[in-house]
Amino acid sequence: MLRSILLTGLLVIAGIATATSQAPTVKVEHAWARATPGGAKAAALYMTLVNKGSADDRLVSVTTPVAGKAEVHSTTTENGITRMRPVEALDAKAGTSTVLKPGGYHVMLTDLKAPLVAGQSFAVTLTFENAGKIDATATVEKAGAQAPGAMPGMKM
Amino acid sequence: MRRYSLYAAAVAALLGVLGFWLMEPWQGTGPRDAGAALQVPAIGGPFALTATDGSTVTGETYRGKIMLVYFGYTSCPDACPTTLNDIAGALAELGPLADRIEPLFITVDPKRDTREVLANYVRAFDPRIVGLTGTPEQIAAAAKAYGVYYAPYKTADVPDGYLMDHTSVVFVMDEAHRFVASFTQDTPAAQMAERLRKLIAKTS
Repeated sequence: MLRSILLTGLLVIAGIATATSQAPTVKVEHAWARATPGGAKAAALYMTLVNKGSADDRLVSVTTPVAGKAEVHSTTTENGITRMRPVEALDAKAGTSTVLKPGGYHVMLTDLKAPLVAGQSFAVTLTFENAGKIDATATVEKAGAQAPGAMPGMKM
Repeated sequence: MRRYSLYAAAVAALLGVLGFWLMEPWQGTGPRDAGAALQVPAIGGPFALTATDGSTVTGETYRGKIMLVYFGYTSCPDACPTTLNDIAGALAELGPLADRIEPLFITVDPKRDTREVLANYVRAFDPRIVGLTGTPEQIAAAAKAYGVYYAPYKTADVPDGYLMDHTSVVFVMDEAHRFVASFTQDTPAAQMAERLRKLIAKTS
């Protein structure tokens, strides 16, 4: 009897542990954008998507109150020619961090409601295929910044 | 005969140096680099454009100055701000030596980049950066002189329905406006400053 109670207890604990590990495990870290130079209508939003889960996920859409539109774009440079292209969905593979940074992927913010001013921050909602909606806060760095200022060890 | 071989050695050295400069920016990007190297004499040439104050500028306007020539557009949120920020950083590092340099930002999107838009944009990086526009023909002529490619990429995803593909390279023209080096958005400001400092030391 005692044994079966113990066993049940163990099973319950195991069940909880499993459920926990299957919960959405994508985290959005270091979301930041560049201040818009002189009222430019487009801005780039960068961040790190950390998927600590065991299942792949995909970022399918981004919304923010500061912009009419937010789309994932890739920047590629070949033989000196730079091209930006819309990306339908961005992979956030299991167990990896996907970094959106200058010269790679960014969320292109267009139809900005107001200029993005360095030092401010704004809300972003990311929708993942599996993890669903995740809210994050993006900080605004100076125009042309290469990295979020608050990150230790990063080149300023 | 001796004089001839000296001359040949000088030419060879010059070619070597030119080759080295060219290799800097195009490093490891593939076999087309050779094509770029062959176009050396074609980089640069006369241009006539309009500054944000409405005045007409040509190469003569910047006579005796080292020019940094960069083509881009203001609705570009990724590559252009990175490059302009590096240029601004290089100017800051150079201190008073930056007076010898004229950084030019030439729009490849004159439809959206009015003089006012351009002025506000470049000012955000460094007020010394000169924003230039012109008629589509003038811009095409300037781009051709520098071997710069640009073309709209149509996509319904963005306002106005297009993005611009463009050569994102900073051309360094010496005080006689001869092409001597180029930077990309991956060239850190400190490296730009160092290269420019060497160029200034050589020409002063």
